[in-house]
Amino acid sequence: MKKSLLILSLGLFAVSQITNAADITGVITLKGTPPAEREITPIKDDLNCSAMYPGALPKTTFYVVDANGDLADVVVSLKGITGKSTGASAPPVELDQKGCLYTPQILAIQTGQKLIVKNSDPCVHNVHTKPADNPESNQVQMPGGADLTFTFDKPEPFLKFQCDVHPWMFAWVSVFDSPYFAVSGKDGKFTIKNVPPGKYTLEAAHRKLGTQTAEIEVKADGTVQNFTFDVK
Amino acid sequence: MNHKYKPALFWFAVLTAFATFLLIGLGGLVTSHEAGMSVPDWPNSYGYNMFLFPVKDWIGGIFYEHTHRLLATVVGMFTTILAVWLFGKEARPFLRWGGLFIFAFGIYFYLKHAPEAPLCCGAGIIVFAASFFWPRCEQSPRWLQWLGITAFLLVIVQGVIGGLRVRLNMDYLGIPHGAIAQTFLILTAAIALFTSRWWHRTETEKPKTVPGGLRRHVLYVTILIFIQLVIGATMRHQHAGLSIWDFPLAHGQLWPATTPEAIANYNAHRPPGTVGHPVTAFEVNLQMIHRLVALLIFLGVTAAAFLARKKLGGADGLAKFAWFWFGLLLVQISLGAATIWSNKAADITTLHVMGGALALLTGALWWLMAARRTRQAEQL
Repeated sequence: MKKSLLILSLGLFAVSQITNAADITGVITLKGTPPAEREITPIKDDLNCSAMYPGALPKTTFYVVDANGDLADVVVSLKGITGKSTGASAPPVELDQKGCLYTPQILAIQTGQKLIVKNSDPCVHNVHTKPADNPESNQVQMPGGADLTFTFDKPEPFLKFQCDVHPWMFAWVSVFDSPYFAVSGKDGKFTIKNVPPGKYTLEAAHRKLGTQTAEIEVKADGTVQNFTFDVK
Repeated sequence: MNHKYKPALFWFAVLTAFATFLLIGLGGLVTSHEAGMSVPDWPNSYGYNMFLFPVKDWIGGIFYEHTHRLLATVVGMFTTILAVWLFGKEARPFLRWGGLFIFAFGIYFYLKHAPEAPLCCGAGIIVFAASFFWPRCEQSPRWLQWLGITAFLLVIVQGVIGGLRVRLNMDYLGIPHGAIAQTFLILTAAIALFTSRWWHRTETEKPKTVPGGLRRHVLYVTILIFIQLVIGATMRHQHAGLSIWDFPLAHGQLWPATTPEAIANYNAHRPPGTVGHPVTAFEVNLQMIHRLVALLIFLGVTAAAFLARKKLGGADGLAKFAWFWFGLLLVQISLGAATIWSNKAADITTLHVMGGALALLTGALWWLMAARRTRQAEQL
């Protein structure tokens, strides 16, 4: 009887935590004019890749910003949260190689979460991770070949994926030890879901523009926190 | 025992040294194009036996890395042939058994349905058949045979280090890989020199001695060039891009400050188009040491050229060779400057690597020839 009551209490506590959990939302904006993106000219020297761009060549996407200044590809996370990863049971995240580019170029996962790397191109790629804290790996991926699966045990910001066959191909994967992170979309918006109430430091990181932090308090009805980056 | 000059052996040794020089250039292109990891497996290439890897897949960085590997196997094969050739007729039984051994491997691959089977069987048959009519010549001196064996072992070590650099994702193994390549080039070129007509001629003709001071001077400068090449290899294998992007000044100064504030300032004002991770104080200092050693080498080679003319006379072959060395240094320093001005353009940087190899080789051959002349002059 006592055991049942204990389980029931724990269940109720867990439910109350989920019910109380709230979302952190916000918009990232960019003030100023970013440097012009450059055409990826080496693509034209590669027969397979250039065939996929009969018109203009693609450009770099360091600053994905719309007319209103909404900034994409900013990784927003709760700073200093460790040991909360649910990565093992989280759905896998996909990273594709398409048009001799990584898509998306910026993404975020949890420690232990599967990252599936696909090759949708008609040519070979090598998927070479260049981590600072996790083990490095370099794997073959033939056209139409099997997907590659990666997991990382240690949190790490902007872990680099590169293809040495096509030296312009990069993706950056931020790895967190908790599910409390998000990447801003093309409208600059982000949502970090189901955050337990409390006081936190929220960090917004852009690969070129650096990081910003804000002290926030998450209440039952959620929290809004915007960030504005300046072009230096 | 008087050993005869064997023109075919000499020219084959020259071919091996020349192929090695080209291989250094191709290796330079691999690093210049950051293509060292573009073929993640070794000794296979994308799962294929490297000789069967489809040409259509030699794309992007793979082209540089894969052709580097193929030329490396050619150099390995040439070195093996050279080592066997130095043993003369003595090597025939070894070849016969070696051919059978390779053929047996081919049969093993055939039973395993491995694609290597025809290559292995074919190579075994060729080696076995060759043993009935090659080599025909007398054996070379024992010490020269040992040099051949050393070259054979060194080329294997070099191949394994190259493979480990790929398999273990160890960028820094590129530094010993580069240093061994330079040593191997000197070794193969030295074998060519020792089998040359000139070397044999000095056995009977009394040549002019070369003063010990001049010989030591050239030796020290040559060692300094080798150290400079190791510094260069270290700079290249940091994959850091240019740490100083102006020349002859360095970040606008004679010797750039490396305080944390100064380094932060360099990184903040990095010109567009420069690539690599943020510059560090170590990298700035390393490039400055590279520049300083370059100046010392230039002064050393200039002194060697003037001294050789003074001590040996302007018409002497070694004096002319020293002036060739001086000219080579001028070209090499220009290439170093062009490397910076072009923001490490791959082709120019690679020519700078090849120029460095040639400068080292020139110094080493000069010293060997001077030592030979002096020794023969003293004996005869």
